[in-house]
Amino acid sequence: MSKTTAPETKEKKSNAIWSELLIPALAVLSGLILGAIVILVSGENPLLAYGALFEGSFGNPLDLFQGLQIYFATGETKELLRSIYPFTESLVTATPYIFAGLSVALGFRCGLFNIGAEGQFFIGALCSAFVGYSIKGLPMIVHLPLAILGGALGGAVWGMIPGYLKARFGAHEVVNTIMMNWIAFRLSDWLLNGPMKSSGFRPVTPNVMETAELPRFFPDPLRFNFGFVLALLAAWFVYWFLFKTTLGFEIRSVGSNPDAAKYAGMNIVRNFVLVMVLAGGLAGLAGTAQVLGVDHWVGQGFSAGYGFDAIAISLLGKNHPVGVVLSALLFGILRSGATDMQSMARIPIDIISIVQGMVIVFIAAPDIIRWLYRIRTIKKEETVLTRGWGS
Amino acid sequence: MTNVLELQGITKRFPGVLANDRISIALREGKILALLGENGAGKSTLMNILYGLYKPDEGKIFVRGKEVEIEGPNDAIAQGIGMVHQHFMLVPVMTVTENVMLGVEPVKNGVFLDREKVAKRIKEISDQYGLEVDPHAYVKDLPVGIQQRVEIIKVLYRSADILILDEPTAVLTPQEVEGLFKIIDTLIKSGKSIIFITHKLKEVLAVADDITVLRLGTVVGSIKPQDATSEILATMMVGRDVNLVVDKTPAKPAGAVLEVNNLYVRDERQHLTVQGVSFDVRKGEVLGVAGVQGNGQTELVYALTGLLPLESGTIRLLDEAIHHTTPRNILERGVAHIPEDRQRHGLILSFPIHDNLMLCTYYKQPFAKGISLQPQPIFSNAEELVKQYDVRTPNIYVNAGTLSGGNQQKVIVAREFSRPIELLIASQPTRGLDVGSIEYIHKQIIKKRDEGTGVLLVSSELDEILALSDRIAVMYKGQIMAIVDAKTASKEQLGLLMAGMHPAESSKN
Repeated sequence: MSKTTAPETKEKKSNAIWSELLIPALAVLSGLILGAIVILVSGENPLLAYGALFEGSFGNPLDLFQGLQIYFATGETKELLRSIYPFTESLVTATPYIFAGLSVALGFRCGLFNIGAEGQFFIGALCSAFVGYSIKGLPMIVHLPLAILGGALGGAVWGMIPGYLKARFGAHEVVNTIMMNWIAFRLSDWLLNGPMKSSGFRPVTPNVMETAELPRFFPDPLRFNFGFVLALLAAWFVYWFLFKTTLGFEIRSVGSNPDAAKYAGMNIVRNFVLVMVLAGGLAGLAGTAQVLGVDHWVGQGFSAGYGFDAIAISLLGKNHPVGVVLSALLFGILRSGATDMQSMARIPIDIISIVQGMVIVFIAAPDIIRWLYRIRTIKKEETVLTRGWGS
Repeated sequence: MTNVLELQGITKRFPGVLANDRISIALREGKILALLGENGAGKSTLMNILYGLYKPDEGKIFVRGKEVEIEGPNDAIAQGIGMVHQHFMLVPVMTVTENVMLGVEPVKNGVFLDREKVAKRIKEISDQYGLEVDPHAYVKDLPVGIQQRVEIIKVLYRSADILILDEPTAVLTPQEVEGLFKIIDTLIKSGKSIIFITHKLKEVLAVADDITVLRLGTVVGSIKPQDATSEILATMMVGRDVNLVVDKTPAKPAGAVLEVNNLYVRDERQHLTVQGVSFDVRKGEVLGVAGVQGNGQTELVYALTGLLPLESGTIRLLDEAIHHTTPRNILERGVAHIPEDRQRHGLILSFPIHDNLMLCTYYKQPFAKGISLQPQPIFSNAEELVKQYDVRTPNIYVNAGTLSGGNQQKVIVAREFSRPIELLIASQPTRGLDVGSIEYIHKQIIKKRDEGTGVLLVSSELDEILALSDRIAVMYKGQIMAIVDAKTASKEQLGLLMAGMHPAESSKN
């Protein structure tokens, strides 16, 4: 028996992965089709729009080809770098999405809805910026980790507060994380206009020291930086933590069935705090990566909805670290391509919000997708494998 | 004699499973057909087909000799078929009348609900069949037995003359079962025909006119009750000889494992549901706690296992106080708990079997080193337990939710028995299980007892209490009415105690 079960299980597992991917993939496809219809109705050419979107997010293959030719002929990298610029920008945009998506996904795994990634993102950005510009004269090998740590800690504190309130008083985390968002926004308004304001006219922080910047892989204007690598490392960490450790086992147990977790002797409220600290830290790292890797300073409206998009990313990625990375890449591609679509094909950038919105609707209501594509539903009670095995 | 309902060659496949394989049954007019089978034998699938919830892959349905297509519950109702579900479909905050009229609301003056008309009709139905239901009572205030009658009224109100009763006695006390049988009798006398689905053998023998036994999705055979005995039916159901009597030697009790003194507990809604309970459980004996459900047994068990805080009193395990400690601490001192609600407390249905088999010990060697989980020991532990406890599953990687109830319970038993234990608290350990699983779990409990473990058995099934216990405590309204010796206890005596009355001779205890 044991001889036959092993390959069978493997086959089933890969089947399971495909069916897990099927709905999200079809949701994205349907979102794009609906987006095309909207573009068509508004009197524009969807092919042109999506062509521009593709070029804006991946670059023009012809340019890449030419760039390579010039590089091999003359050793000149300028054209080549220009041709890969769009794709690196997509990765740059995806970086904070990965961190923030992981933050929300971790919360969901413990049964917590972290709507506060936005505020944690902002606080993380401010803390890392502060460490980045206020401390001078440190070598990079000390200063950069310190700035990153500062950002993570800032976010962690911002997550810990609602986590503690939930654990101690049973206050609902949705209400409290939203509240913490507003505190973060108003606090940052004050900080950017007061204590943290740079010497210039605008309400922004000073630039961080070069020793606190995340190193970039290519010369300007390419902004692709080490933050992307950190994001992938964070995804790996979350995966390991959730699925390979006792702490992750507890978190998933609490999230899946708190009554059974309590029965098994797990401390539920301690897990609430732990998860919110980690989730806050991850969202804080999202802001940190954006400051230290891309902008180098923080201004008003810096968070720009990353924390809220992260909820969509987490759902689209089924709260799994790998899924989060994939859907964050998708969001990065859509967002970064949309800018070009607007300038080249004169399609408003909001179309992408429509596409994203539709994707979320389809993910939230997978029955629509099943109905649209006539996917056979397998109801829960029908999948009873041991039906008839009886005694 | 005409068949009012006939199913011919019904086949239904689900992915990977043949749930019904060419099943044919016939219901005679004015008779009771008992459909007997273990959980997973295909009874529910068949009834869902009859009620239009599933579409059969093959087969025909005849109602009063005419072939019919049943596309949904409305078609079934139109054919005069009504179903009383095992889990009641009632809105607790509505009155009986409102529940009955849901879906077929009569209207007066164009817009207003005509409650009076419905209430009058309910009164008529209630009087006609001796149901004794007050149309204006709120469902949440009614005992379970009466709620079931409301379900029956719902079906009769829609003028059904073929009634399907799905496991109707699962939630009833012995007295309520008697009442239900009287109602069934009245229904038959007034010309209704009934399909009675169950896995309880005695009930089948008591009420049925015809018995059809299902196993593994096929009809094993049909038999008349006068030709059948419990043993014959059990063998047909399970497919092998079943031992209905639990073999056990007299207990050899030693010192106390658990001592409970003057315990008071509040439930989650802050009602004081355990009021001054004292007892002890000794090594090597089974103390049965009998009582109608909802008399404080649940809260008693929660308090013993640390899931609910105490109001006052003491709990001592092997002479150490455990009433202010955590569930984990209680677990680690050697208390095993088979919880009443296995899907709520006992398992994480979305987790694979191998994770459920180490749910209480995941942080210990060999399952974890530091914080790192060790897959190999986890898998081999699961493989071993699945084999040892005969859990029927394709492999250890499927989710616990895909198992049948009996196999889910075996997973819990395997997990709890696989660590060193001093005290076993088994709460409704065989609820909703099939004969084969019940037999198995009873044997395991007695085996633990004989190894010297103290066992606290809480069950609302008197037969189970009588079969396993060495002493029996009867709970009523949060108090222990009496603790009696199981050897001398009678069903009648316990029944009276369960109803809160002291039989004359029980004063000796």
